[in-house]
Order: sequence, then structure tokens, then C-alpha cells
Amino acid sequence: MLSRTADNLYWLARYVERAEYLARILEVSQRLTTLPLAYAGSSNEWESALATAGCAHAFSQVYSQASEETVIDFLCFSSANPSSIRNCFEIARSNARAVRTALTVEMWDAINGTWIELRRFGNRATSRDEFMRFLRWVQENSLRFDGSAYRTMLRNDAYWFSRLGVYMERADNTARILDVKYHLLLPAHERIGGPLDYFQWAAILRSVSALTAYHWVYRENVKPWLIADLLILRDELPRSLASCSQNLVLYLDHIARAYGRQGPAQRQARTVRARLENSGMEEIFQNGLHEFISEFISDNNRLGAAISQQYLT
Amino acid sequence: MTATFDEMTGADGNSRIAYGELARWLAEVPPHVLDFRRREAEVLFRRIGITFAVYGDADAQERLIPFDVLPRILAADEWRILEAGLQQRVQAINHFVRDIYGRREILKAGIIPENLIFQNPVFRPEMNGMKVPHDIYVHVAGIDIVRLDPQTFYVLEDNARTPSGVSYMLENREIMLRLFPELFARHRIAPVERYPDELLATLRSVAPANASTEPTVVLLTPGVYNSAYYEHSFLADKLGVELVEGRDLFVRDELVYMRTTQGPKRVDVIYRRIDDDFLDPLAFRPDSALGVPGLMSAYQAGNVTLANAVGTGIVDDKAMYSYMPGIMKFYLGADPILRNVPTWRCREPEHLAYVLDHLEELVVKEVHGSGGYGMLIGPQADKQKLATFRSKLKSNPTNFIAQPTLALSTCPTCVEEGVAPRHVDLRPFVLTGRERVRIVPGGLTRVALTKGSLVVNSSQGGGTKDTWVLDG
Repeated sequence: MLSRTADNLYWLARYVERAEYLARILEVSQRLTTLPLAYAGSSNEWESALATAGCAHAFSQVYSQASEETVIDFLCFSSANPSSIRNCFEIARSNARAVRTALTVEMWDAINGTWIELRRFGNRATSRDEFMRFLRWVQENSLRFDGSAYRTMLRNDAYWFSRLGVYMERADNTARILDVKYHLLLPAHERIGGPLDYFQWAAILRSVSALTAYHWVYRENVKPWLIADLLILRDELPRSLASCSQNLVLYLDHIARAYGRQGPAQRQARTVRARLENSGMEEIFQNGLHEFISEFISDNNRLGAAISQQYLT
Repeated sequence: MTATFDEMTGADGNSRIAYGELARWLAEVPPHVLDFRRREAEVLFRRIGITFAVYGDADAQERLIPFDVLPRILAADEWRILEAGLQQRVQAINHFVRDIYGRREILKAGIIPENLIFQNPVFRPEMNGMKVPHDIYVHVAGIDIVRLDPQTFYVLEDNARTPSGVSYMLENREIMLRLFPELFARHRIAPVERYPDELLATLRSVAPANASTEPTVVLLTPGVYNSAYYEHSFLADKLGVELVEGRDLFVRDELVYMRTTQGPKRVDVIYRRIDDDFLDPLAFRPDSALGVPGLMSAYQAGNVTLANAVGTGIVDDKAMYSYMPGIMKFYLGADPILRNVPTWRCREPEHLAYVLDHLEELVVKEVHGSGGYGMLIGPQADKQKLATFRSKLKSNPTNFIAQPTLALSTCPTCVEEGVAPRHVDLRPFVLTGRERVRIVPGGLTRVALTKGSLVVNSSQGGGTKDTWVLDG
């Protein structure tokens, strides 16, 4: 297949995934800000949302103050933000258009339908209600696109490259949440019955849609080191670093088998995977959670570069 | 202008045989049903994403071409005439291009003036003396046909560069099959769906001699911003070939490769939907980012086939068009089966004088114009427009030709006020491969939706219809 086609499929999947992720962290921020100050603490949730989205720097070029209004505008609708939800869908749709022939009708319908409907929402949400509807809509449309890809695509390189995009983006997003919120998960942070932390922890879980999953996996109250365990090491959680890494190895292997050749991308993916498999939570905390996450992020970036070099250019 | 010929009702108001069933069906079906189907068709087209862009219209970057749900119907014997005429014309066109870039016998015989070739901006000296695979230059031709009466079809234009519209021919039929199964059941209509197969067979048959037995064909598009991008992706999909942009290809040692996820892959045949000017920045426009540097050298080395060949634009020239009867006589020794519209070449002083005297009766076109841009329809123009054209004609006469304003035939069409006659033309697609010429029965019928309008171009608000050729 054409390198450009693979590149388009990969980024199409990444942008749709990113839009969903942004919607989820905004939903969580919105929820936290509705809590009385005594529960939510004094931290500025909107600043935190920007940091988790990886947009703090770009934001400061446009706005001076991180408030509900400015952050929502920047992350959802702003054309000045290349990764705003609106732009994610715009780019995804233009990528889709460029590789129409590699998509199934259902995938095209999903992304084209999203793009057409996006106009209905205009440039801002008129009310909080409307805004929550918008965030729901974003998540539903991402699910619809992902589902149509999963259910209708041939299992060949086109599918595998699009999956690589999903898991690269997901790994990056989960790592970013951990990077911004790691201090809340440190054992030293544990205080008895602090309501503040409970809501912050629940928020972390919600932003990777894992609050219910947590209880199913641990059957315990929400505890910070278990959250870290769930988000980093548990294969069962679809958005954990371990699960993303497992899938990246899997789909890169599919590609290598079909093309009859292993390369730097496969080796790098296995290195990342091995590191996660050989780590325990205890050890990660001892050596520094933050260091571990930072290293994962740079490893993951190296993997992205390797995939791009080997296949997409 | 004589009375307009309506293809359904003819001259006497009784429906003609080919339209008999349609007329009966129209009498039975309540108007709201037609209206409902029309809206359904629009939803379908929008969902498929079959759109086109109009240049210079920023708001309407992706617009639907209006689709009319009433088919245009041709009887089997009418199609047989068209088919023979098209085959003959395209055969002559291929002889002509080969001759122009080869021995130039037609110039020696004085059939056409030399300066019409050598001073023509679309003439490509790079092609002089070059041999193209199997001597075929125009693999895909779109010949625009109009009809004035039951007996006469005229060729209005030859499109020998990169004719578009075939995706509408195919999609229109698919939509019609979904919307009007009962109407299809009452007719026997020749299918058009094998066009992609025929196109692929044509393209593979003209691969260079040194290509593998399974030649690799690609479709080269200028990219998503091109007005016909939908068609490019649609065709690539139906053909099962890669849709490439210039940056996906590169030339090494005079061989063309595409960049794939498995490394470089040799390309043998390029069905290019990009103009000569933009093909190769080393040979043509150096500022073009759409093309492939070195492509012409690979082409000249005989290592890749371009369909259509470089330099076929001379055929599209509307002044050249006026010489087509002579061209056909010269190469085939026969008179054209399909007639030419009488044409005044403004480059000739007597013709120009006539045109200036009769401007308000004539249609004036630019010799390299297309899409209905930059033309004058005398009878429908106001004083100011006539004056503008008068001065344009005087300052640059070689750029124009003129033709009588033809009373194009009409077909029943769904419009605001119900079913009413509207003017139509027809673009059948003619494929020329190594062994034979292939024409899928039908083509793209374009219809001017505004009452009385003669301009059918989609860029000027024209619509399309499904074209039915009755089988036997």
C-alpha cells in the first residue's frame, strides 16, 4: 500500500482518538469545577485540563487566563489550536477524504457524518447543557468510527496501520494524564479520608473511562497506588500503558509477518513492552513514578518516529 | 433557431417509441412520489460524498451536482449510429495526434494550417518523433454530442486530454436502480457497470513492452483540492489501483516507482488526471508541486505509459475541431458519421467579419475554454456583454471560434413547476486499447436546469441524468 495512504489512515485514527480523549478530560474538569471548593481543592482544573491535553504552551500564545470559557473554546472550537476537537475532526475528515478508497463505506459515513454535523454546533456552546451534549456527541462519534473500522475493515495492512494510530494516541494520552497527575498518586500523598483526593482520583479514573473498571478489577476503595497499577500495568484495562503497548506489538507483528520483514519499529515496540512486563508497582514507586512516566513518553515517541520512518514516508 | 426537438414528445406531441413506457409511467405516478424520490436521491448522493468543487467559489468548496431522476432514453438503433460514429472519430483522432508528432503528412497535404499546430500553446514539442506504446495517444476520450432533430447528432466538442464525468454515469445508474426498480422492470436497459473493467483492460493493454506480465497501473490525481477528486478516488477504487499524487511517485534510472509501505514499487501505466503542464516540473512548469520530477524522461525512454499521452490537447482546441471533417476524410477516407457543428474560426479575417456582424445570433467560445467558462451566447446576452466580446474578438481573434446557437434537444425533467422540457447534451466515453475500442452504452447526460438555458456545464449550474440505451 502507498506510504501516504498508511500515513493518512494512521493519523485519521489518531485524530479521532484524540478528539474523544479531549472530550473526556473536559467532561471530568467540568464535573470537578461543579464541586464545592472544599472538595475540589483550590487547584485550577482548567489549567490542569490544558496540561493534560498537552496544550498549555499553545494556549498561552492565544489567551492569558485559563478559565472555563477560554479553555473550552481553545480545546473544543478554536481554529488557533491545531488539536482542538473541531480541528481533530476536520483533519480526520480531510485525511479520510484523501484515502477514501482505503476506507469502508461505514467508516466514511461515520467520519463524514461527524464532519457534517459538527457545523451544527457552531463555534461555541451556548450553555452548559449544550456543552455536555457536545462532549457526549464527540465520544459517541469516536465510538462509532472506531466500531465501524473494527466491524467492517478487511484485516490487512490498512486495518493494522489504523489500529497503530489508535494505540499510539491512547498510550500517549494515558501517559500524559499520569504525567500531570502523578503527584496525586504517590503513596506519600495518602491521607485518611481526605475528600479532596477521592474526587481527584475518581477524576483520573473517569478520564480513562475506568472508574467502574477499577472496582471490578480490585473490589476495593479507590487507592492511589492501585490507580497507578491499573493505568500502567494492567493488561485488562484497554487504556492502560500495558494494554496499548501489547496491541502495538501485536499489530506491528501482523504487518511484519505480511511484509516478511521485522524492523526497528517492531524492536522498539518490544522494548517498551518488555519494560512494562518486567516492572512491578513497588519498584516503579521506589525508582520514581514521574521518572518512569517520562521515560515511557520518550520511548513511545521513539516508537512513533520508528513507525513513521519504516512505513509512512 | 428552429423549433426545439423534445426527445420524449417529438415534433407532433405524441411520445416517441423509446419513451413510451416512461410516458405511461409518468402519467400513473403521483407528483409527490417523484418529489419524494428526488429528495431521497439527494440524500444518497450527499452520503456517498459525490461532490465537486467549483473554482473561485470559496463557500461551495464541495457541492452536489443536481441530479434529475427522469432518465434520458436512447433507442438501440440510435445508439448504433452513435457508437459507429464515436469509434470512427476517435480512431481518426489517434491517427491525427500520431501524425502531428510524427511525419506530419496532414500538414504537408495542407489540410490544416501549420501555425495552428506550431503556435498552439498546447502543442508539445517534447513529443516530436517520440514513439508511444502501441501508437495510442488518446486512450480515454469524452466526445460531447448534441441533438437537433430525430435524425441528426452533432459532435459539439472533443475532449482528448482528461475528460471527466464518468463517475456520474456510473453513480447515477446505481442511484436510479435503488430508487426506481419498477421503472427498470418495464424496460430492457443496457448496463454500464462494466466501464471500470473495460478501462482497466484498456490501460493494461497499453503497458510498455518491458513491463511485467501483470503491469502495475496507477491513477495520478492532483489531489483533494481538484474539482474532480471524487471521481479520481471513485475510479481508483473501482479499478482496484492505487490513487497516487505526484509526491507518491519518483523516478530513478528512468523508471517510475511509487513509495509503498514495503518500499519502492515499479509503475508501468499512469492513468493521469492531471494536465500536461503539471506532470513534470523538470520538463514543463517548474513551479508545479503536483507532478513527478523526471517523469518525462521515463516516458521518453519508453518505460512508462501515460494515458492519455502528452500533447493531446491540440485535439481539444476548438479551432482544430472545425477541421475534424477534413481530418477524418484524410486518415480514414470516409465522411464523418457524426456531423460537426458549422464553425467560424475568428483567426480568419472573413470569418471574423461575419462573426462580428452576427454576434447576437452566435455562440462564441474560447479555443482552449472548457467548463462553460468564458463563452458568449449571443441571443441571451445583453448589450454590454456583446460589446465586451466584440472588443475581445478584435483584440485577440485567434483565441475564439463561433457557432450558430443550436436548438439543443430537450428531455422531460423534474423542476420546480413539475415535469418540464430542459435542454440536454451527452458525453459518451470512448476507450482505445491495443486490440480494440470499447464504448459502454450510454454516457453522461447533462441538463440545463434553468428554463431556456443552453449551458449544461455543472460549473454553471447544470445537472445530470441517467442515460438509458435500450437493448434491442
